[in-house]
Amino acid sequence: MTTDVTSSRMTYREACRQAIRAAIQADPRVFLMGEDVARYGGCYAVTKGLAAELGEDRIRDTPLSEVAITGAGVGAAIVGMRPIVEIMTVNFSLLALDQIVNSAATIPHMSGGQLAVPLVIRMATGAGRQLAAQHSHSLEGWYAHVPGLRILTPATVEDARHMLQPALDDPNPVLIFEHVMLYNREGDLDPAVTAVDIAMAKIRRHGRDVTLATYGGSLFKTLDAAELLAAEGIDAEVIDLRVLRPLDMATVLASVGRTRRLVVIDEGWRSGSLSAEIAARVAEEAFFELDAPIRRVCSREVPIPYAAHLEAAALPQAGSIAAAARALVRS
Amino acid sequence: MTTEFRMPSLGADMEAGTLVEWLVKGGDTVKRGDVVAVVETQKGAIEIEIFIEGRIAKILAPVGASVPVGIALALVDTDGELAAPEPPTGPRAPPPLAAPAPAPAALTAAVAPLPRAQTLRRRLTPAARRRAAEIGIATESIAGTGIDGAICLADIDAAAAAARTARARKGFDAAAMRQAIAAAMTRSKRDIPHYYLTQTVDMSKALTSLDTLNRDRPPTTRLLPAVMLLRASAIALARVAALNGFWEAGEFRPGDGVHVGWAIALRGGGLVAPAIRDADRQGMDALMAAMRDLVQRARNGGLRSSELSDPTATVTSLGDRGADSVLPIIQPPQVAMIGFGRIVTRPWVVDGAIRPRPVVSVTLAGDHRASDGHSGGLLLAEIERALQEPETR
Repeated sequence: MTTDVTSSRMTYREACRQAIRAAIQADPRVFLMGEDVARYGGCYAVTKGLAAELGEDRIRDTPLSEVAITGAGVGAAIVGMRPIVEIMTVNFSLLALDQIVNSAATIPHMSGGQLAVPLVIRMATGAGRQLAAQHSHSLEGWYAHVPGLRILTPATVEDARHMLQPALDDPNPVLIFEHVMLYNREGDLDPAVTAVDIAMAKIRRHGRDVTLATYGGSLFKTLDAAELLAAEGIDAEVIDLRVLRPLDMATVLASVGRTRRLVVIDEGWRSGSLSAEIAARVAEEAFFELDAPIRRVCSREVPIPYAAHLEAAALPQAGSIAAAARALVRS
Repeated sequence: MTTEFRMPSLGADMEAGTLVEWLVKGGDTVKRGDVVAVVETQKGAIEIEIFIEGRIAKILAPVGASVPVGIALALVDTDGELAAPEPPTGPRAPPPLAAPAPAPAALTAAVAPLPRAQTLRRRLTPAARRRAAEIGIATESIAGTGIDGAICLADIDAAAAAARTARARKGFDAAAMRQAIAAAMTRSKRDIPHYYLTQTVDMSKALTSLDTLNRDRPPTTRLLPAVMLLRASAIALARVAALNGFWEAGEFRPGDGVHVGWAIALRGGGLVAPAIRDADRQGMDALMAAMRDLVQRARNGGLRSSELSDPTATVTSLGDRGADSVLPIIQPPQVAMIGFGRIVTRPWVVDGAIRPRPVVSVTLAGDHRASDGHSGGLLLAEIERALQEPETR
């Protein structure tokens, strides 16, 4: 596999691969392990070719046990390595929930700061590829509930390329969620940008009529919705949250202070979701700025269907996002 | 394609205007230069022109709304083929505004069956509730246009603007104009490093030619000395381009013609300086007609938006009852202002002998960021030359 590293246009998948390669080459403590990551190249082909290039001690195939892989990652991190654990999808990460929540997130706290857990766990999330209910859910909002974790949701090629290094530099565990519909998406990588922060949300489109807050796989649907709205004279601001924990509420609150209207778009289910958290915080902290109720566009509360038309109908789409925003502005 | 028609800036000091009247409605066809609305500003009621060709797709700002400069007033479809215009009962139709105290009969009528939304608990959005409390406006008579019939910020602002307009309509708001002049002049004296050059010009040839021109005219079409001063200034500005234009974002932008702002004092105090476009290319009669028209409209209302935003330099003439000379203050973002004192008879040396001659003192205020005294001197020399070679027809 040949790769033109100076090319500025690339897929999200290629950006993830470049990030892993660069991190492993830069630091002998960094390695990646997961199921089918070495010889097969990863279930979404992110690590394709890397084992041959970097060696099988740096790209390691593991047994099919998420709890074992993650536990090994926690242990390696504690003793000074910088492991990247790849879990195929967020659905399977539930098998490792004990290691993530009870070990990784708590050990720095319970050891009084004596033990750091500089672990990075990457996993795919989201629906849209007809992989049915056991491979399509968006559970990143659950992890955003847990103190001790940092939750990243790169949506752009730039974030996919540059979020990994600061995640590895963080002494605490960091989870990176890569939406499955983004892997084939192409974007431009500005060679002048060599680092991004993993603390702040980013305004991807400026507007004055309504704020659309989203993250990950819903970002581009939301930007499409903003274009639909623009054609009708509604000027929407689009916020890419980027970091689900800790949430950068300052950016959201400042935007709502300008537009006075908020729609949160979240591929997770509505009940007890990240969108609920954002809506609650805006209601708590910016109530008197609001000139309309907060609205949410989330996935239907069903296991994600297999049939293509049902799957599409279950997810937030540009049309439903635009409709929610339109109802707030043109009431 | 849909293009926004936005509230124009009618001067450096203008932040917002209140919409008094729409002269077009959804579906109307508009072309460049059409007067489409009347807006109340600190300079009085101004007719707003549109510079977009197309059809009004949607009126966004209701009558009574205070709209900041740069915010959309309406959407204009600029394509040929268009959907049918919205019915006048569109979602953003002007809301019924807080009416003046109704007569008893009207009050009785108002108790008749209420629309469904008003029979429910009145809904105010949090932002609207706070704004209403801040400006002290009662919300009982305001109709909600927000989601689910709620009273939203736009409704509060529209009601407040309507209340202000109702007050302003009672007469010219001298206090508001005073504020506008104070802001513009303070900005000018703070930001613009003025230099001043003064020259005294023999007006005898100009006045003689004026007498000739006026000899057979009825009083209504007679030319005034002021028109000679205006014309001389315009010709001079055309020749010394460095003083005709704007200082914007740290650099000089030349004017796209010589559009002379003519300072007009208003009865009741205050002044405005609307533009006479391409004044350097107009004859004396056309300039005189333009001056009379501007003075009348400035005093009665009806200036157009472009007339307030177009001037590339301003001229003031103190006239018969003025002082001998004036040191003018530049109107930002212009870079020059020319001031004429009254024409007075003074001892003047002509061919070695002292003679009584009508003379006028002309003073240039120049923005030293944009030009130097040398350019200013050239301008005064050009004004003098134009006055020494007056038109004779």
